[in-house]
Amino acid sequence: MLLARLKSLAATAASIPITLLGLAVVTFFIGRVVPIDPVLAVVGDRAPADVVARARIELGLDQPLYAQFWRYLTDILSGNLGRSVMTSNTVWEDIARYFPATFELATLAILIAALLGIGLGVLAATRQGSWVDQAVRVFCLAGHSLPVFVLALVSLLVFYAWLGWLPGPGRQGIVFQDMVEPVTGILTLDALLAGDWPAFWDAVLHLIQPAGILAFFSLAYIARMTRAFMLAELRSEYVTTARAKGLSSMRIVWRHAFRNTAVPLVTVIFLTYAGLLEGAVLTETIFGWPGLGQYLTVSLLNADMNAVLGATLVVGLIYVVLNLMADLLYRLMDPRTR
Amino acid sequence: MSGPSLESEPLVAVRNLHVEFPSATGVTHAVRGVSFAIGREKLGIVGESGSGKSVTGRALMRLLPGSARMRADVLRFGTTDILQAGEREMRALRGGRIGLVLQDPKYSLNPVMTAGAQIAEALRAHKRLGRREARDAALALLESVRIRDPRRVHDAYPHELSGGMGQRVMIAMMLAPDPELLIADEPTSALDASVQAEILSLIEEQVDRRGMALMLISHDLPLVARFCDRVAVMYAGQVMEELPAADLHQARHAYTRGLLECLPSLSERRDRLPTLKRDPAWLAPRA
Repeated sequence: MLLARLKSLAATAASIPITLLGLAVVTFFIGRVVPIDPVLAVVGDRAPADVVARARIELGLDQPLYAQFWRYLTDILSGNLGRSVMTSNTVWEDIARYFPATFELATLAILIAALLGIGLGVLAATRQGSWVDQAVRVFCLAGHSLPVFVLALVSLLVFYAWLGWLPGPGRQGIVFQDMVEPVTGILTLDALLAGDWPAFWDAVLHLIQPAGILAFFSLAYIARMTRAFMLAELRSEYVTTARAKGLSSMRIVWRHAFRNTAVPLVTVIFLTYAGLLEGAVLTETIFGWPGLGQYLTVSLLNADMNAVLGATLVVGLIYVVLNLMADLLYRLMDPRTR
Repeated sequence: MSGPSLESEPLVAVRNLHVEFPSATGVTHAVRGVSFAIGREKLGIVGESGSGKSVTGRALMRLLPGSARMRADVLRFGTTDILQAGEREMRALRGGRIGLVLQDPKYSLNPVMTAGAQIAEALRAHKRLGRREARDAALALLESVRIRDPRRVHDAYPHELSGGMGQRVMIAMMLAPDPELLIADEPTSALDASVQAEILSLIEEQVDRRGMALMLISHDLPLVARFCDRVAVMYAGQVMEELPAADLHQARHAYTRGLLECLPSLSERRDRLPTLKRDPAWLAPRA
């Protein structure tokens, strides 16, 4: 049994490089297909013909496609994603700066969304048809249908402009700007590491609005799925068995029914998390959050192809890693997948 | 209609039980006016699908879905009035005094819990036991339902067990808190023919040894006749006839006769089995 378990783990591990190779192929061909001439992007459209020709050779564009792909592959494997035209940093440096902001925001948002979403979903399922169920339904409907920019702007108007309870856009107040030594790039964590409590509190306050709004949208989806999964489980025979054993309804709901929703629920939560890590463009824009979503959008609008492809590669990598984590979690939670 | 020579205080008394399921399209009247009593004996309840036999069994444990409406003149287990009992009282009854064996262990066991954990849970719901004691008791129970390798089965998940093995686990789990009545709802219908006999003889042995009452719900008339002391025949939510199992071949009711007629026989060659003719007069309302 142990051997079989190791074998299936090895199969999962072996699939990762293949997926990554596929990802590299896709980003490479996107780079070739878009109507942006990489040479002109580097030298500008007024460069003399010999400069253009030299740049072409330097970029390896005179070589056959497979050679170009090989060069691309060895480049990204050695961590070289090229240089951003817009920021003139290497793309890797840019991502290292922008991604932690998105990571911090997305992680907090998914934690709130998963906890509240599961709680509300289970509550609605166990009280199907009651006013609690109806209230959760309306709440989720709002989460599905309210445009994020409306909610974000109203939130800023109320909590920042009128009540003044929360700070406005940005990751930190002006007083704290660049005061905390960046170690991980995750502001709250860096402030904690430095033992700087005022800076930590300031960073938390700045997180509340964007994270709360992102969480609200994810929560609606997670709650609705949890409710559906739970309803299906609560109708199953083993729940009748559990009731016939004389167990408490708490135990029946959490220990029996809920544990059986774990596998589909992990999928839902991890996919939602991956979506958040991609960078929520609208939320990041409105709250002036210097995250991956903003970086990608601005690069795209400026035809900064190295930055766009580099960021795309990172997003793809996030999906692969999260998929792997979800896969490992399945094995932990459901004996049938081992 | 009542059976012969009942004890003065039967374990289960049911008089004029009605169960209805209201839905958007109308009310389904699943059980209409069923009366019976069970002493320390084996009562078989037979009937076709939808005749209300399972719903009757679950009504005794109040295990019907929330939408079900239930009423009766008398619905009593021991001294407990099932219609009036509070949720706490019902929980003590469920599992503790009434066990329920369901049809298919593939669905009736929790797929993400080991067999041993599910048995120990049933034990600990009704008895004060530590983890270790519960584990030892679960192993002993597995042995008592004639499982050869109790340790392996204890740590196995339901999908790693065969149907017969799963049903033994189910029985061990339901016997764990020593109930007084075991309701077996089609306990062998999902099993291979060769395993069916083993499971039935296991149930018989346990019921006899523990002095429990048994309510065996089945659609298999000859099986119930062989196995039980008395048989109640249900049709469309009513009891058509109740009689000692040994007298089944002398059944008087047209429905029971019809069912018996439809059985193929090895000794007697029949070219064509008769079909059952249902008489609306069977369902005449009665007091």
